Amino acid sequence: MSVLVYIESPKGHIKKTGNEVAYYGAKVAESLGTNCIAVVIGKADNVGNLGKYGVSKVLHVNADQEIEFDSQVFTSVITQVASENGANTVILANTANGKSLTGRLAIKMNAGNVSGVNSLPDTSNGFVVSKSVYSGKAVANYNITTSNKVISLMGNTLQIQEVGQAVSPENITVALPATKLKVIERKTSEGIVPLPEAELVVSAGRGMKGPENWGIIEELASALGATTACSRPVADAHWRPHHEHVGQTGVAIRPNLYIAAGISGAIQHLAGVNNSKVIVVINKDPEAPFFKAADYGVVGDLFDVVPKLTAAIKKYKQA
Amino acid sequence: MNLLVCISKTPDTTSKISFKSDATEYNSDGVTFIMNPYDEWYALVKAIELVEQNGGNVTVINVGPASNDIIIRKALAIGANDAIRVDLENGDAFAIASNIAAHAKSKSYDAIFTGKETIDYNGSEVGAMIAELLDLPYVSYANDLTTSGNISKITREIEGGMEICEVEGPFVLSAAKGLAEQRIPNMKGIMMAKSKPLNVVAATGDALRVKTEKFIVPPGKTGVKLIDPENMDELVRLLHEESKVI
Ligand SMILES: Cc1cc2nc3c(=O)[nH]c(=O)nc-3n(C[C@H](O)[C@H](O)[C@H](O)COP(=O)(O)OP(=O)(O)OC[C@H]3O[C@@H](n4cnc5c(N)ncnc54)[C@H](O)[C@@H]3O)c2cc1C
Ligand SMILES: Nc1ncnc2c1ncn2[C@@H]1O[C@H](COP(=O)(O)O)[C@@H](O)[C@H]1O
Repeated sequence: MSVLVYIESPKGHIKKTGNEVAYYGAKVAESLGTNCIAVVIGKADNVGNLGKYGVSKVLHVNADQEIEFDSQVFTSVITQVASENGANTVILANTANGKSLTGRLAIKMNAGNVSGVNSLPDTSNGFVVSKSVYSGKAVANYNITTSNKVISLMGNTLQIQEVGQAVSPENITVALPATKLKVIERKTSEGIVPLPEAELVVSAGRGMKGPENWGIIEELASALGATTACSRPVADAHWRPHHEHVGQTGVAIRPNLYIAAGISGAIQHLAGVNNSKVIVVINKDPEAPFFKAADYGVVGDLFDVVPKLTAAIKKYKQA
Repeated sequence: MNLLVCISKTPDTTSKISFKSDATEYNSDGVTFIMNPYDEWYALVKAIELVEQNGGNVTVINVGPASNDIIIRKALAIGANDAIRVDLENGDAFAIASNIAAHAKSKSYDAIFTGKETIDYNGSEVGAMIAELLDLPYVSYANDLTTSGNISKITREIEGGMEICEVEGPFVLSAAKGLAEQRIPNMKGIMMAKSKPLNVVAATGDALRVKTEKFIVPPGKTGVKLIDPENMDELVRLLHEESKVI
């Protein structure tokens, strides 16, 4: 029984999260002694490159058609492809669209499912995957006991590597069911790595005093090539756009590096960021709770420290 | 409009987390439970607002044990008209969704609202499952909704932005921040909630598809390394050489 990975192609491009799902799926297939097939739905370029991440076959559904996302339609396509290709394990990204598909696919395939998986499965005794629960305060190991399985992968779980060659995609045509949902408008910020897939994040809080001071944060982020984030009160006060808000009620992220300036480190904030690999905290108050969750701390005035850090990063990048 | 709102119970985020029964079960001793914020603040309040504007009825449903009645009463105090509790002690997402879908099948709800996720498990699964079980469209992470006749216009969050969609007929939605403003129950609401109907029904016996093997509490950070604010070159060196993130 094969492993099927569904690869998203927002605006016709496969992104890092997609390559990561392919790489992860290929690893899962390897541990199960089977192959991994990728499926891409609708118009998209360079889909054969997924072969570089270890999938043995790429199926491109309705390759010349632009298809808006509708979880009902996509569920029907993915399950049809899974059954025609003898796949009993379906893996997808834990993105907004991925989250609307995981539960639907599980129902349609009579599968057990776990969303937001953050490690490779242990297949020595069943199919055991782990995910972060209780605001990142614990990790749960779940055994999916059904023969069909659906899992969604948390971003930045594995460091991807090119392990194979590009393949020629196989174009297939699937009749799409009628849709009751129409996307009429989309607004996304261009050119910025979205928070859930960012490896480097620079975040700031109420210690910034006001939106007019964010220049130093943007400069640090651009020196690093990082994505910017913020605490909730900052988004609530409209100092920063809502999609930058991280934490329990915002986006949950797990970048390699999270730099927090002028954020106190309330538990609800930590809930969204404490799975970051390395945390740097800049705060003038040595008692700020965030220091307890940090790897590196700088006790000082952010208006002084942040520009100095930016300068040091630029110096390092030039060297 | 007849609306169904799915509400769940979670530990308050500030609760201490511990486990029992060989680390396979959450230890709820001494834990304060709350209604899942996305269900309470956004899904429930939006449903109440819609019914205030258009007339109709808001039913809340919870799949859980009798100890959940306290959050159900709170939902009634905020303004839901009636409630159903499907009596089930430990259900996975599939069991929860199946029971909710089984109830909804015989009713003609115009829409079913869930929260975007439960804050303890972060599944984001139950709403999508209900939608598939009932063969309905599903819009996740909605932060704005207007309806006119049979068409609803919904804004949903996607990576790095948003999407506006139009849905025809009944649908399932998961509610994100922005869909409505939190309401605090007042004294009148609390008094009225006591006499509103809360029907308890038996659960269908769905076998669990996922077994919890173990919970692990990861060791905390070993201690922060403080860096001299005058020496940011040192911080950059550590990020590069010691932790290898840049
Ligand atoms: C149910 C619930 C859900 C919540 N969800 C979230 C969530 O998802 N995300 C979130 O972030 N919050 C959330 N919160 C809010 C959270 O509890 C905190 O109130 C919030 O995180 C605080 O934001 P802050 O750290 O930016 O501001 P503050 O707590 O005001 O901290 C500002 C910090 O900046 C420091 N500072 C000030 N000036 C300087 C300076 N010049 N240089 C250096 N440091 C300086 C101060 O020492 C202080 O530590 C939630 C709260 C509740 C009740
Ligand atoms: N036991 C339950 N009873 C009723 N609704 C629930 C239950 N568990 C989850 N839900 C609903 O499903 C949403 C998503 O839950 P989850 O898939 O667990 O993240 C929640 O916000 C609730 O609206």
